[in-house]
Amino acid sequence: MRLTAAILAARTVAALSRGLRRGGGTALPGLVAERLDPGLVPTLAARLGQGSALVTGTNGKTTTARMVRGICRKAGLRPVANREGSNMMRGVAAALAGSVRWDGSFSAPKKRIGIFEVDEATMPLVARSVEPRAVLFTNLFRDQLDRYGEVETVATLWRAAVRSFPAEVTLALNADDPAVASLSDVALGKVVLYGVDDETQAGGSLEHAADARWCYACGSELEYAVVFYGHLGHWRCPGCHRARPTPDVAVSALTTANDGMNVTLRTLAGEVSVRLPLVGLYNAYNAAAATALAVALGIETKAIEQGLAGVTAAFGRQERLAVDGREVQVILAKNPAGVNQVIRTITADGAPKHLAVFLNDDIADGRDISWIWDVDFELLSGGVASLVVSGRRAWDMALRLKYAGLGERPEVEHDAKLALRQAIAATPEGGTLYVIPTYTAMLDVRNILGRWSGRGAFWEGDAR
Amino acid sequence: MKLRLAHLYPKLMNIYGDRGNIMCFERRCRGREIEFELDELSIGDAFDPGAYDLVFIGGAQDAEQRRVVDDLRDVKGEALQEYVERDGVLLAVCGGYQLMGAYYRSADGGELPGVGLLDLWTEHPGPDAKRFIGNVVIEWEGETLVGFENHGGRTHLGPRARPLGSVVTGFGNNGDDGGEGAVCRNVYGTYLHGSLLPKNPRFADHLLALALAGENGDVRLAPLDDMVEEQAHAEALRLATRRSIIRR
Repeated sequence: MRLTAAILAARTVAALSRGLRRGGGTALPGLVAERLDPGLVPTLAARLGQGSALVTGTNGKTTTARMVRGICRKAGLRPVANREGSNMMRGVAAALAGSVRWDGSFSAPKKRIGIFEVDEATMPLVARSVEPRAVLFTNLFRDQLDRYGEVETVATLWRAAVRSFPAEVTLALNADDPAVASLSDVALGKVVLYGVDDETQAGGSLEHAADARWCYACGSELEYAVVFYGHLGHWRCPGCHRARPTPDVAVSALTTANDGMNVTLRTLAGEVSVRLPLVGLYNAYNAAAATALAVALGIETKAIEQGLAGVTAAFGRQERLAVDGREVQVILAKNPAGVNQVIRTITADGAPKHLAVFLNDDIADGRDISWIWDVDFELLSGGVASLVVSGRRAWDMALRLKYAGLGERPEVEHDAKLALRQAIAATPEGGTLYVIPTYTAMLDVRNILGRWSGRGAFWEGDAR
Repeated sequence: MKLRLAHLYPKLMNIYGDRGNIMCFERRCRGREIEFELDELSIGDAFDPGAYDLVFIGGAQDAEQRRVVDDLRDVKGEALQEYVERDGVLLAVCGGYQLMGAYYRSADGGELPGVGLLDLWTEHPGPDAKRFIGNVVIEWEGETLVGFENHGGRTHLGPRARPLGSVVTGFGNNGDDGGEGAVCRNVYGTYLHGSLLPKNPRFADHLLALALAGENGDVRLAPLDDMVEEQAHAEALRLATRRSIIRR
């Protein structure tokens, strides 16, 4: 009875807030449902015939979870998923309440599988509630220190959570991230490791903002034979001789061509070769992560291949919109490691770029904006054809970009609409404008561009 | 003219965009045709007290701070003391600031000895204590300094240090006495990051002028185009003071 009331309330709130266009109605319904029935998540999660899988980590959650959902569909399953940006407990509650019938039952219950992306710090709580079959850890970078605390705090939280997982839980772990790979030391259940083998993708030396440079076990400074990005690479500890484990799923070849890339993944069950409509090594990592989680869930290679081939850009992640005869790509900026990857990806072809950069400092963006000083914006120097800076902390960003050599007085326009108009006007017809916003700015930008491109507000276009 | 800067533990103490402070020193030297030399000193590297005009140490996570402590005291401590006694200029931010004092007592009660260049001590009241996080504005010599603070430790000054400034909005040293940062001789410590110096160009120039004065007599720094710097300063000031009214 309580459950039905919670489901009803959640759905009513979701419908109302969508009607009022208040942020797509993602967080509030779950909050309401959880308040009315705190047992809603465990109860409904237990009714998922194929159980659940969690995707967590600093970067790559949204795109990877999206890939896993596509793979599940090709495997004949019916995924239940939370929406990105709603990756706390209430997001999971909203997803479950929104997927069941009024009486709390699923249609086709045997085919139902929960694929939930969860916030790094919330993961232990969600895991206790949904009792997942598999948990994927993508990577651990410094991110919003004002919110998560220090990187080591999250690593410690993860180790404690993994220790508490029963042996039936399979982990999918990034072998190239020492902080993530080390979780296999404390795992009771099976582990599927993934990583990048293709050494031609090496990115040189450790970036300025590299975290996890030190062995968690003995404290020695790690050595790298290859660094891909951030602190991801082929690492070994000279102190205790821990080393990057051999991955079960590995990117063995990667080539970029025409707004996409061809990725070959080596798995224990054979090779997977796909063309992704996404670029950047970080997206190859996402594909490997999705494959590893699919393997952990016992899904066959063929479905993995088909699922990855059908993937499209997640909301605000290399999403392409057509506005006034220009292609506008929106790429979310979250943290130094992520933005460094974005910069490296968009500058790969060497042609000058048209850019609009938005910096906000709300809680979801990170109130502390000092992270922009850890980003290697210097890589853009000499490669920018036009630049507009916007967002609540536009001047801070302008100053950072000035330091990076992008002009003594970068163009600043606080109004998001005007900034986008200026940036589009500065981009020649047929050209591409790259819009790089932090999270809350992305919501604004995406809604404005969505209207201009006729694609509508984001929650209408974002297929589950 | 030449500025010789030592950056202590750049790999370990770099948590809050501290690189921006180094970039600021470099930029504001090169813009005036002052030669700029940077040495990055890590664990095990000796500190030569006669080799530098300016020393910087940034913030760190607790784990990294622990790695630095022994080296700071045993390898560099005496030489740093000598440098300070010769009126060498030093800027320490956040975690580095805490290490300049007598000790840092962490949330679990463990004590990290500091290097004692500033007369202060820092205590974390425990894991349940409120962390001081947010935008901060202080008044410094009739001007404002803007930045962001994020610290659990409460810092208290002894008689031989004076606060760098007084808190306009934010928490400062301990959330209690209205002081922020510390100064003793030419040693400056503060919790402000953001990065601190790029958008506080007058403070950056104050330190540069002090650092260059030793060997070059009285130094007059030529003005630079600080339009963007001043706008960033004004924007941070506006947002921090407005928010403190609405949100607290």
